Amino acid sequence: MTIDPHVKNIGIKSTPLHALHVALGAKMVPFAGYDMPVNYPLGVLKEHLYTRAQAGLFDVSHMGQATLTGNDVVAALEALVPGDLAALTPGQIRYNLLLNDDGGIIDDLMVTKADAPDTLYLVVNAACKDGDFAYIAGKLAGKATLTRHEDASLLALQGPAAVDVLATFIPAAATMDFMTSRLDTFEGVPVRLFRSGYTGEDGYEISLPNVSAEKVAKALLAAPGVQPIGLGARDSLRLEAGLCLYGSDIDTATSPVEAGLSWVIGKRRREQGGFPGAARIQKELKEGASKKRVGIKPLGKAPARAHTEIQDASGKRVGEITSGGFGPSANGPVAMGYVDASLAKVGTPLNLIVRGTALPAEVAPLPFVPHRYVKKA
Amino acid sequence: MSIRYTKDHEWVLLDGKIATVGITQYAQGQLGDIVFVEVPAAGKALTAGGEAAVVESVKAASEVYAPVAGTVKEGNAALPDAPETVNQDPQGKGWFFRMEVANPADVEALMDQTAYDKYLQELAG
Repeated sequence: MTIDPHVKNIGIKSTPLHALHVALGAKMVPFAGYDMPVNYPLGVLKEHLYTRAQAGLFDVSHMGQATLTGNDVVAALEALVPGDLAALTPGQIRYNLLLNDDGGIIDDLMVTKADAPDTLYLVVNAACKDGDFAYIAGKLAGKATLTRHEDASLLALQGPAAVDVLATFIPAAATMDFMTSRLDTFEGVPVRLFRSGYTGEDGYEISLPNVSAEKVAKALLAAPGVQPIGLGARDSLRLEAGLCLYGSDIDTATSPVEAGLSWVIGKRRREQGGFPGAARIQKELKEGASKKRVGIKPLGKAPARAHTEIQDASGKRVGEITSGGFGPSANGPVAMGYVDASLAKVGTPLNLIVRGTALPAEVAPLPFVPHRYVKKA
Repeated sequence: MSIRYTKDHEWVLLDGKIATVGITQYAQGQLGDIVFVEVPAAGKALTAGGEAAVVESVKAASEVYAPVAGTVKEGNAALPDAPETVNQDPQGKGWFFRMEVANPADVEALMDQTAYDKYLQELAG
Protein backbone atom coordinates (compact mmCIF):
# COMPACT_ATOMS: atom_id res chain seq x y z
CA MET A 1 0.00 0.00 0.00
CA THR A 2 1.19 3.48 -0.80
CA ILE A 3 -0.44 6.21 1.20
CA ASP A 4 0.58 9.83 1.05
CA PRO A 5 1.99 10.92 4.35
CA HIS A 6 0.14 13.75 5.99
CA VAL A 7 1.02 16.78 4.02
CA LYS A 8 2.12 19.66 6.15
CA ASN A 9 1.88 22.60 3.85
CA ILE A 10 3.48 25.86 4.64
CA GLY A 11 2.05 28.84 2.83
CA ILE A 12 -0.90 26.98 1.32
CA LYS A 13 -4.01 29.11 0.90
CA SER A 14 -7.40 28.34 2.36
CA THR A 15 -10.95 29.42 1.63
CA PRO A 16 -13.25 31.17 4.13
CA LEU A 17 -14.93 27.78 4.70
CA HIS A 18 -11.74 26.01 5.80
CA ALA A 19 -12.70 25.84 9.49
CA LEU A 20 -16.14 24.53 8.56
CA HIS A 21 -14.63 21.77 6.39
CA VAL A 22 -12.41 20.68 9.24
CA ALA A 23 -15.32 20.81 11.71
CA LEU A 24 -17.35 18.65 9.32
CA GLY A 25 -14.60 16.03 9.38
CA ALA A 26 -13.28 16.61 5.87
CA LYS A 27 -10.09 15.04 4.63
CA MET A 28 -8.12 18.03 3.42
CA VAL A 29 -5.70 17.91 0.49
CA PRO A 30 -3.75 20.51 -1.44
CA PHE A 31 -5.43 21.47 -4.71
CA ALA A 32 -4.44 24.40 -6.94
CA GLY A 33 -2.59 25.98 -4.04
CA TYR A 34 -5.48 25.65 -1.61
CA ASP A 35 -6.10 23.27 1.27
CA MET A 36 -9.40 21.78 0.09
CA PRO A 37 -11.80 19.02 1.20
CA VAL A 38 -11.40 15.93 -0.99
CA ASN A 39 -14.17 14.15 0.89
CA TYR A 40 -16.17 14.27 4.10
CA PRO A 41 -16.96 11.32 6.38
CA LEU A 42 -19.66 10.15 3.94
CA GLY A 43 -16.91 9.27 1.43
CA VAL A 44 -16.51 9.95 -2.29
CA LEU A 45 -18.83 7.18 -3.48
CA LYS A 46 -21.81 8.11 -1.30
CA GLU A 47 -21.18 11.83 -1.77
CA HIS A 48 -21.38 11.30 -5.52
CA LEU A 49 -24.61 9.29 -5.33
CA TYR A 50 -26.10 11.71 -2.81
CA THR A 51 -25.55 14.64 -5.18
CA ARG A 52 -27.37 12.82 -7.99
CA ALA A 53 -30.25 11.89 -5.64
CA GLN A 54 -30.59 14.99 -3.43
CA ALA A 55 -28.29 18.01 -3.30
CA GLY A 56 -24.60 18.47 -2.61
CA LEU A 57 -22.91 21.63 -1.36
CA PHE A 58 -19.43 22.25 -2.76
CA ASP A 59 -16.93 24.92 -1.73
CA VAL A 60 -15.43 26.23 -4.96
CA SER A 61 -14.17 29.47 -3.49
CA HIS A 62 -10.71 28.72 -4.83
CA MET A 63 -11.97 29.55 -8.32
CA GLY A 64 -11.25 32.97 -9.76
CA GLN A 65 -13.96 35.59 -10.02
CA ALA A 66 -13.66 38.94 -11.76
CA THR A 67 -15.66 41.69 -13.37
CA LEU A 68 -14.65 43.02 -16.76
CA THR A 69 -15.93 46.46 -17.70
CA GLY A 70 -15.44 48.74 -20.67
CA ASN A 71 -17.35 50.75 -23.25
CA ASP A 72 -17.21 47.87 -25.71
CA VAL A 73 -16.40 45.05 -23.32
CA VAL A 74 -18.17 42.38 -25.36
CA ALA A 75 -16.14 43.07 -28.48
CA ALA A 76 -13.01 43.36 -26.37
CA LEU A 77 -13.38 39.92 -24.76
CA GLU A 78 -14.52 38.36 -28.04
CA ALA A 79 -10.99 39.02 -29.26
CA LEU A 80 -9.78 36.39 -26.78
CA VAL A 81 -12.60 33.80 -26.83
CA PRO A 82 -14.52 32.08 -29.64
CA GLY A 83 -17.98 32.12 -28.01
CA ASP A 84 -20.67 34.51 -29.20
CA LEU A 85 -20.86 37.05 -26.40
CA ALA A 86 -22.69 39.67 -28.50
CA ALA A 87 -25.70 37.37 -28.52
CA LEU A 88 -25.98 37.34 -24.74
CA THR A 89 -28.82 39.18 -23.08
CA PRO A 90 -28.34 40.50 -19.53
CA GLY A 91 -28.27 37.62 -17.07
CA GLN A 92 -27.22 34.97 -19.60
CA ILE A 93 -24.18 32.80 -18.96
CA ARG A 94 -22.00 31.25 -21.62
CA TYR A 95 -19.33 28.55 -21.27
CA ASN A 96 -16.32 29.83 -23.10
CA LEU A 97 -12.65 29.19 -23.85
CA LEU A 98 -9.72 31.51 -23.39
CA LEU A 99 -7.46 30.84 -26.39
CA ASN A 100 -3.84 31.49 -27.22
CA ASP A 101 -2.58 32.57 -30.63
CA ASP A 102 -2.19 28.94 -31.70
CA GLY A 103 -5.83 28.21 -30.90
CA GLY A 104 -4.80 26.23 -27.81
CA ILE A 105 -6.94 26.48 -24.71
CA ILE A 106 -5.51 28.64 -21.91
CA ASP A 107 -8.54 27.96 -19.73
CA ASP A 108 -12.26 27.32 -19.84
CA LEU A 109 -14.45 29.85 -18.14
CA MET A 110 -17.99 31.01 -17.52
CA VAL A 111 -18.87 34.43 -18.90
CA THR A 112 -22.02 36.13 -17.65
CA LYS A 113 -23.48 39.28 -19.12
CA ALA A 114 -24.29 41.37 -16.08
CA ASP A 115 -27.34 43.59 -15.75
CA ALA A 116 -25.07 46.60 -15.36
CA PRO A 117 -24.15 48.02 -18.77
CA ASP A 118 -20.82 47.16 -20.36
CA THR A 119 -20.08 44.57 -17.67
CA LEU A 120 -19.15 40.88 -17.89
CA TYR A 121 -18.68 38.56 -14.92
CA LEU A 122 -15.98 35.90 -15.28
CA VAL A 123 -15.43 32.68 -13.34
CA VAL A 124 -12.21 30.81 -14.14
CA ASN A 125 -10.31 27.80 -12.83
CA ALA A 126 -8.38 28.13 -9.58
CA ALA A 127 -5.08 26.86 -10.96
CA CYS A 128 -5.28 29.23 -13.93
CA LYS A 129 -6.71 32.35 -12.35
CA ASP A 130 -3.56 34.40 -11.90
CA GLY A 131 -2.43 33.67 -15.43
CA ASP A 132 -5.89 34.17 -16.95
CA PHE A 133 -6.50 37.49 -15.32
CA ALA A 134 -3.04 38.78 -16.18
CA TYR A 135 -3.53 37.64 -19.80
CA ILE A 136 -6.94 39.26 -20.11
CA ALA A 137 -5.92 42.48 -18.39
CA GLY A 138 -2.77 42.69 -20.50
CA LYS A 139 -4.43 41.93 -23.84
CA LEU A 140 -7.34 44.25 -23.17
CA ALA A 141 -5.38 47.11 -21.63
CA GLY A 142 -7.00 50.38 -22.65
CA LYS A 143 -10.17 48.60 -23.77
CA ALA A 144 -11.48 46.99 -20.62
CA THR A 145 -10.78 46.99 -16.90
CA LEU A 146 -10.55 43.74 -14.99
CA THR A 147 -11.39 43.76 -11.30
CA ARG A 148 -10.70 40.59 -9.33
CA HIS A 149 -13.10 39.60 -6.58
CA GLU A 150 -10.85 38.01 -4.01
CA ASP A 151 -13.34 39.12 -1.37
CA ALA A 152 -15.92 36.76 -2.89
CA SER A 153 -16.47 33.08 -2.16
CA LEU A 154 -18.25 30.61 -4.44
CA LEU A 155 -20.54 27.81 -3.34
CA ALA A 156 -22.12 25.23 -5.64
CA LEU A 157 -25.41 23.60 -4.71
CA GLN A 158 -25.95 20.74 -7.15
CA GLY A 159 -28.52 18.03 -7.57
CA PRO A 160 -32.25 17.56 -8.12
CA ALA A 161 -33.15 18.95 -4.68
CA ALA A 162 -31.09 22.11 -5.16
CA VAL A 163 -33.96 24.14 -6.59
CA ASP A 164 -36.34 23.45 -3.73
CA VAL A 165 -33.66 24.01 -1.11
CA LEU A 166 -32.49 27.30 -2.55
CA ALA A 167 -36.03 28.53 -3.24
CA THR A 168 -36.81 28.40 0.49
CA PHE A 169 -34.18 31.14 0.90
CA ILE A 170 -34.48 32.85 -2.48
CA PRO A 171 -37.90 32.21 -4.09
CA ALA A 172 -36.81 33.67 -7.44
CA ALA A 173 -34.14 30.96 -7.75
CA ALA A 174 -36.84 28.56 -8.91
CA THR A 175 -37.80 30.81 -11.82
CA MET A 176 -34.30 30.96 -13.32
CA ASP A 177 -33.46 29.20 -16.57
CA PHE A 178 -30.34 27.06 -16.73
CA MET A 179 -27.29 29.15 -17.67
CA THR A 180 -28.75 32.37 -16.34
CA SER A 181 -27.63 34.56 -13.47
CA ARG A 182 -29.31 37.08 -11.16
CA LEU A 183 -28.48 39.26 -8.19
CA ASP A 184 -30.49 38.57 -5.05
CA THR A 185 -30.11 38.27 -1.30
CA PHE A 186 -29.77 35.22 0.91
CA GLU A 187 -31.03 36.07 4.40
CA GLY A 188 -29.84 39.60 3.83
CA VAL A 189 -26.52 38.63 2.23
CA PRO A 190 -26.05 40.00 -1.29
CA VAL A 191 -25.43 37.10 -3.68
CA ARG A 192 -24.96 36.53 -7.39
CA LEU A 193 -26.73 33.33 -8.36
CA PHE A 194 -25.84 31.28 -11.41
CA ARG A 195 -28.04 28.38 -12.45
CA SER A 196 -25.13 26.30 -13.64
CA GLY A 197 -22.69 23.69 -12.43
CA TYR A 198 -20.13 21.00 -13.06
CA THR A 199 -22.01 17.82 -12.20
CA GLY A 200 -24.49 17.29 -15.04
CA GLU A 201 -27.28 17.98 -12.57
CA ASP A 202 -29.54 20.98 -12.16
CA GLY A 203 -28.13 23.36 -9.59
CA TYR A 204 -26.67 26.70 -8.71
CA GLU A 205 -23.43 28.45 -8.09
CA ILE A 206 -23.60 31.21 -5.52
CA SER A 207 -21.09 34.04 -5.38
CA LEU A 208 -21.14 35.86 -2.07
CA PRO A 209 -18.94 37.93 0.24
CA ASN A 210 -16.23 35.95 2.05
CA VAL A 211 -17.47 37.25 5.39
CA SER A 212 -20.88 35.63 4.83
CA ALA A 213 -19.75 32.37 3.25
CA GLU A 214 -19.85 30.29 6.42
CA LYS A 215 -23.24 31.61 7.47
CA VAL A 216 -24.79 30.79 4.08
CA ALA A 217 -23.06 27.41 3.86
CA LYS A 218 -24.33 26.45 7.29
CA ALA A 219 -27.87 27.55 6.43
CA LEU A 220 -27.81 25.40 3.28
CA LEU A 221 -26.30 22.41 5.10
CA ALA A 222 -29.05 22.64 7.74
CA ALA A 223 -31.69 22.18 5.04
CA PRO A 224 -33.02 18.66 4.52
CA GLY A 225 -31.48 16.91 1.54
CA VAL A 226 -28.14 18.72 1.57
CA GLN A 227 -24.74 17.20 2.36
CA PRO A 228 -21.27 18.70 2.00
CA ILE A 229 -19.45 17.20 -0.98
CA GLY A 230 -15.71 17.23 -1.62
CA LEU A 231 -13.51 17.55 -4.67
CA GLY A 232 -13.32 13.77 -5.07
CA ALA A 233 -17.00 13.46 -5.93
CA ARG A 234 -16.88 16.72 -7.89
CA ASP A 235 -14.38 15.02 -10.19
CA SER A 236 -16.31 11.76 -10.61
CA LEU A 237 -19.56 13.69 -11.17
CA ARG A 238 -18.08 15.88 -13.91
CA LEU A 239 -16.37 12.90 -15.54
CA GLU A 240 -19.66 11.00 -15.80
CA ALA A 241 -21.20 14.20 -17.19
CA GLY A 242 -18.49 14.29 -19.88
CA LEU A 243 -17.29 17.71 -18.75
CA CYS A 244 -13.66 18.68 -19.29
CA LEU A 245 -11.19 19.18 -16.48
CA TYR A 246 -8.75 21.90 -17.43
CA GLY A 247 -5.18 20.66 -17.29
CA SER A 248 -6.28 17.07 -17.90
CA ASP A 249 -8.76 16.97 -20.79
CA ILE A 250 -7.94 20.34 -22.29
CA ASP A 251 -4.84 22.52 -22.21
CA THR A 252 -2.77 24.77 -24.42
CA ALA A 253 -1.92 21.76 -26.62
CA THR A 254 -5.58 21.09 -27.48
CA SER A 255 -7.86 23.11 -29.72
CA PRO A 256 -11.61 23.53 -29.19
CA VAL A 257 -12.33 21.29 -32.20
CA GLU A 258 -10.04 18.52 -30.98
CA ALA A 259 -11.65 18.80 -27.56
CA GLY A 260 -15.14 18.31 -28.98
CA LEU A 261 -16.03 21.83 -27.89
CA SER A 262 -16.87 23.22 -31.34
CA TRP A 263 -20.35 23.94 -30.02
CA VAL A 264 -18.83 26.74 -27.97
CA ILE A 265 -18.01 28.62 -31.17
CA GLY A 266 -21.06 30.56 -32.32
CA LYS A 267 -22.12 30.58 -35.97
CA ARG A 268 -21.21 34.23 -36.42
CA ARG A 269 -17.80 33.66 -34.88
CA ARG A 270 -17.13 30.64 -37.11
CA GLU A 271 -17.70 32.80 -40.16
CA GLN A 272 -16.07 35.99 -38.95
CA GLY A 273 -13.20 34.61 -36.88
CA GLY A 274 -11.52 37.36 -34.92
CA PHE A 275 -10.41 35.18 -32.00
CA PRO A 276 -6.91 33.85 -31.29
CA GLY A 277 -5.98 30.91 -33.49
CA ALA A 278 -8.98 31.54 -35.75
CA ALA A 279 -7.23 30.37 -38.90
CA ARG A 280 -6.37 26.98 -37.39
CA ILE A 281 -9.74 26.56 -35.72
CA GLN A 282 -11.73 27.53 -38.83
CA LYS A 283 -9.66 25.03 -40.83
CA GLU A 284 -10.34 22.30 -38.26
CA LEU A 285 -14.04 23.16 -38.26
CA LYS A 286 -14.12 22.62 -42.04
CA GLU A 287 -11.77 19.68 -42.41
CA GLY A 288 -11.87 18.09 -38.98
CA ALA A 289 -9.04 17.78 -36.49
CA SER A 290 -6.52 14.94 -36.55
CA LYS A 291 -7.40 13.85 -33.00
CA LYS A 292 -10.60 14.04 -31.03
CA ARG A 293 -11.72 13.82 -27.42
CA VAL A 294 -14.12 10.91 -26.94
CA GLY A 295 -15.83 9.02 -24.18
CA ILE A 296 -14.19 5.64 -23.53
CA LYS A 297 -15.90 2.78 -21.79
CA PRO A 298 -13.59 0.06 -20.45
CA LEU A 299 -15.45 -3.21 -21.02
CA GLY A 300 -14.09 -4.88 -17.89
CA LYS A 301 -14.08 -3.72 -14.30
CA ALA A 302 -10.66 -2.12 -14.11
CA PRO A 303 -10.62 1.68 -14.20
CA ALA A 304 -8.18 3.28 -16.64
CA ARG A 305 -6.69 6.42 -15.16
CA ALA A 306 -5.31 9.55 -16.80
CA HIS A 307 -2.25 8.95 -19.03
CA THR A 308 -3.23 5.34 -19.80
CA GLU A 309 -2.07 4.49 -23.33
CA ILE A 310 -4.80 3.81 -25.88
CA GLN A 311 -4.12 1.37 -28.71
CA ASP A 312 -6.20 0.38 -31.70
CA ALA A 313 -7.16 -3.24 -32.36
CA SER A 314 -3.80 -3.83 -34.11
CA GLY A 315 -1.77 -2.67 -31.11
CA LYS A 316 -0.80 0.73 -32.51
CA ARG A 317 -0.74 3.64 -30.07
CA VAL A 318 -3.57 5.99 -31.01
CA GLY A 319 -3.92 8.24 -27.97
CA GLU A 320 -4.09 8.61 -24.24
CA ILE A 321 -6.72 8.68 -21.51
CA THR A 322 -7.02 12.19 -20.05
CA SER A 323 -9.58 11.49 -17.31
CA GLY A 324 -10.62 8.11 -16.03
CA GLY A 325 -11.87 6.35 -13.00
CA PHE A 326 -14.86 4.64 -11.48
CA GLY A 327 -18.25 6.19 -12.15
CA PRO A 328 -20.49 5.56 -9.15
CA SER A 329 -23.71 6.31 -11.07
CA ALA A 330 -22.49 4.47 -14.17
CA ASN A 331 -21.52 1.71 -11.72
CA GLY A 332 -18.33 0.91 -13.57
CA PRO A 333 -15.21 2.42 -15.05
CA VAL A 334 -15.58 5.47 -17.30
CA ALA A 335 -12.99 7.55 -19.09
CA MET A 336 -12.31 10.24 -21.65
CA GLY A 337 -9.32 10.61 -23.88
CA TYR A 338 -7.99 11.60 -27.26
CA VAL A 339 -7.82 9.22 -30.20
CA ASP A 340 -7.01 9.59 -33.89
CA ALA A 341 -10.03 11.13 -35.60
CA SER A 342 -10.53 7.94 -37.65
CA LEU A 343 -11.25 6.05 -34.41
CA ALA A 344 -13.64 8.55 -32.83
CA LYS A 345 -16.88 6.84 -33.88
CA VAL A 346 -19.00 5.45 -31.04
CA GLY A 347 -18.50 1.71 -30.73
CA THR A 348 -14.94 1.67 -32.12
CA PRO A 349 -12.97 -1.03 -30.26
CA LEU A 350 -9.84 0.12 -28.43
CA ASN A 351 -7.36 -1.37 -26.02
CA LEU A 352 -6.22 0.36 -22.86
CA ILE A 353 -2.79 -0.54 -21.52
CA VAL A 354 -3.33 -0.86 -17.77
CA ARG A 355 -0.34 -2.12 -15.76
CA GLY A 356 1.12 -3.62 -18.90
CA THR A 357 -2.01 -5.50 -19.95
CA ALA A 358 -4.23 -4.59 -22.90
CA LEU A 359 -7.80 -4.25 -21.62
CA PRO A 360 -10.69 -4.05 -24.09
CA ALA A 361 -12.67 -0.80 -24.30
CA GLU A 362 -14.77 1.06 -26.81
CA VAL A 363 -15.59 4.59 -27.80
CA ALA A 364 -18.73 5.58 -25.91
CA PRO A 365 -21.16 8.45 -26.22
CA LEU A 366 -20.78 11.33 -23.76
CA PRO A 367 -22.13 11.98 -21.21
CA PHE A 368 -22.07 8.62 -19.40
CA VAL A 369 -24.93 9.83 -17.20
CA PRO A 370 -27.58 12.01 -18.88
CA HIS A 371 -27.52 15.70 -18.06
CA ARG A 372 -30.53 16.84 -16.09
CA TYR A 373 -30.29 20.55 -16.65
CA VAL A 374 -33.52 22.51 -16.33
CA LYS A 375 -34.25 23.86 -19.76
CA LYS A 376 -37.17 26.10 -18.92
CA ALA A 377 -38.07 27.12 -15.40
CA MET B 1 0.63 -17.41 14.93
CA SER B 2 0.63 -13.67 15.30
CA ILE B 3 -0.12 -10.72 13.09
CA ARG B 4 2.59 -8.55 11.61
CA TYR B 5 2.44 -5.25 9.72
CA THR B 6 4.43 -3.39 7.08
CA LYS B 7 5.07 0.33 6.89
CA ASP B 8 3.00 0.27 3.70
CA HIS B 9 -0.03 -0.86 5.74
CA GLU B 10 -0.25 -4.50 4.75
CA TRP B 11 -1.03 -7.04 7.45
CA VAL B 12 0.45 -10.55 7.41
CA LEU B 13 -0.83 -13.53 9.33
CA LEU B 14 1.63 -16.45 9.30
CA ASP B 15 0.58 -20.07 9.77
CA GLY B 16 3.57 -22.37 9.27
CA LYS B 17 4.99 -21.30 5.92
CA ILE B 18 1.69 -19.88 4.63
CA ALA B 19 1.03 -16.17 5.10
CA THR B 20 -2.30 -14.46 4.52
CA VAL B 21 -1.93 -10.85 3.40
CA GLY B 22 -4.31 -7.91 3.28
CA ILE B 23 -4.45 -4.18 3.92
CA THR B 24 -5.10 -2.69 7.33
CA GLN B 25 -8.13 -0.96 8.76
CA TYR B 26 -6.14 2.28 8.59
CA ALA B 27 -5.32 1.72 4.92
CA GLN B 28 -8.91 1.06 3.89
CA GLY B 29 -9.99 4.18 5.75
CA GLN B 30 -7.39 6.26 3.94
CA LEU B 31 -8.35 4.84 0.55
CA GLY B 32 -12.08 5.30 0.98
CA ASP B 33 -14.63 3.39 -1.06
CA ILE B 34 -12.85 0.55 -2.85
CA VAL B 35 -14.29 -0.11 -6.29
CA PHE B 36 -11.77 -2.45 -7.90
CA VAL B 37 -9.42 -5.15 -6.70
CA GLU B 38 -6.97 -7.29 -8.68
CA VAL B 39 -5.44 -10.24 -6.85
CA PRO B 40 -2.42 -12.28 -8.00
CA ALA B 41 -2.69 -15.69 -9.61
CA ALA B 42 -1.40 -18.83 -7.89
CA GLY B 43 2.22 -19.51 -8.67
CA LYS B 44 3.26 -15.88 -9.07
CA ALA B 45 6.68 -15.27 -7.55
CA LEU B 46 6.76 -12.33 -5.17
CA THR B 47 9.71 -10.30 -3.98
CA ALA B 48 9.66 -8.41 -0.70
CA GLY B 49 8.25 -4.96 -1.37
CA GLY B 50 7.30 -5.87 -4.96
CA GLU B 51 3.87 -5.31 -6.44
CA ALA B 52 1.47 -8.11 -5.59
CA ALA B 53 -2.08 -6.81 -6.00
CA VAL B 54 -4.00 -3.70 -7.00
CA VAL B 55 -6.64 -1.83 -5.06
CA GLU B 56 -8.54 1.13 -6.47
CA SER B 57 -10.82 3.63 -4.82
CA VAL B 58 -12.99 6.11 -6.71
CA LYS B 59 -10.08 8.52 -6.46
CA ALA B 60 -6.98 6.51 -7.24
CA ALA B 61 -5.22 3.22 -7.90
CA SER B 62 -2.75 1.83 -5.36
CA GLU B 63 -0.50 -1.20 -5.24
CA VAL B 64 -0.51 -3.79 -2.53
CA TYR B 65 3.07 -4.93 -1.96
CA ALA B 66 4.34 -8.34 -0.97
CA PRO B 67 5.48 -8.04 2.64
CA VAL B 68 8.12 -10.73 2.19
CA ALA B 69 9.45 -12.94 -0.63
CA GLY B 70 7.59 -16.09 -1.60
CA THR B 71 5.09 -17.62 -4.01
CA VAL B 72 1.36 -16.96 -4.30
CA LYS B 73 -0.78 -19.93 -3.25
CA GLU B 74 -4.13 -18.26 -4.04
CA GLY B 75 -5.73 -14.88 -4.53
CA ASN B 76 -9.01 -14.11 -2.79
CA ALA B 77 -11.36 -14.97 -5.66
CA ALA B 78 -14.31 -13.31 -3.90
CA LEU B 79 -12.78 -9.82 -3.94
CA PRO B 80 -12.97 -8.84 -7.63
CA ASP B 81 -16.75 -9.21 -7.57
CA ALA B 82 -17.13 -7.62 -4.13
CA PRO B 83 -14.31 -5.09 -3.68
CA GLU B 84 -16.29 -3.33 -0.94
CA THR B 85 -15.43 -6.32 1.28
CA VAL B 86 -12.04 -4.68 1.79
CA ASN B 87 -13.76 -1.66 3.37
CA GLN B 88 -16.13 -3.75 5.40
CA ASP B 89 -13.75 -6.38 6.76
CA PRO B 90 -10.17 -5.49 5.79
CA GLN B 91 -8.50 -7.80 8.28
CA GLY B 92 -10.94 -10.69 7.78
CA LYS B 93 -12.91 -11.54 4.63
CA GLY B 94 -11.10 -8.76 2.81
CA TRP B 95 -7.77 -10.62 2.64
CA PHE B 96 -5.98 -10.30 -0.70
CA PHE B 97 -3.82 -13.38 -1.14
CA ARG B 98 -2.11 -16.32 0.54
CA MET B 99 1.55 -16.98 -0.11
CA GLU B 100 4.14 -19.52 0.78
CA VAL B 101 6.91 -17.50 2.31
CA ALA B 102 10.54 -18.20 1.48
CA ASN B 103 11.70 -17.51 4.99
CA PRO B 104 9.19 -17.33 7.89
CA ALA B 105 11.72 -15.35 9.93
CA ASP B 106 11.19 -12.47 7.45
CA VAL B 107 7.61 -12.19 8.70
CA GLU B 108 8.63 -12.22 12.34
CA ALA B 109 10.94 -9.30 11.59
CA LEU B 110 8.00 -7.05 10.57
CA MET B 111 6.17 -4.79 13.04
CA ASP B 112 4.00 -6.42 15.68
CA GLN B 113 0.70 -4.92 16.84
CA THR B 114 2.34 -2.65 19.41
CA ALA B 115 4.91 -1.37 16.95
CA TYR B 116 2.30 -0.77 14.23
CA ASP B 117 0.00 1.10 16.62
CA LYS B 118 2.94 3.30 17.56
CA TYR B 119 3.74 3.82 13.86
CA LEU B 120 0.15 4.96 13.20
CA GLN B 121 0.38 7.41 16.09
CA GLU B 122 3.54 8.85 14.58
CA LEU B 123 1.81 9.26 11.20
CA ALA B 124 -1.07 11.07 12.85
CA GLY B 125 1.38 13.21 14.82
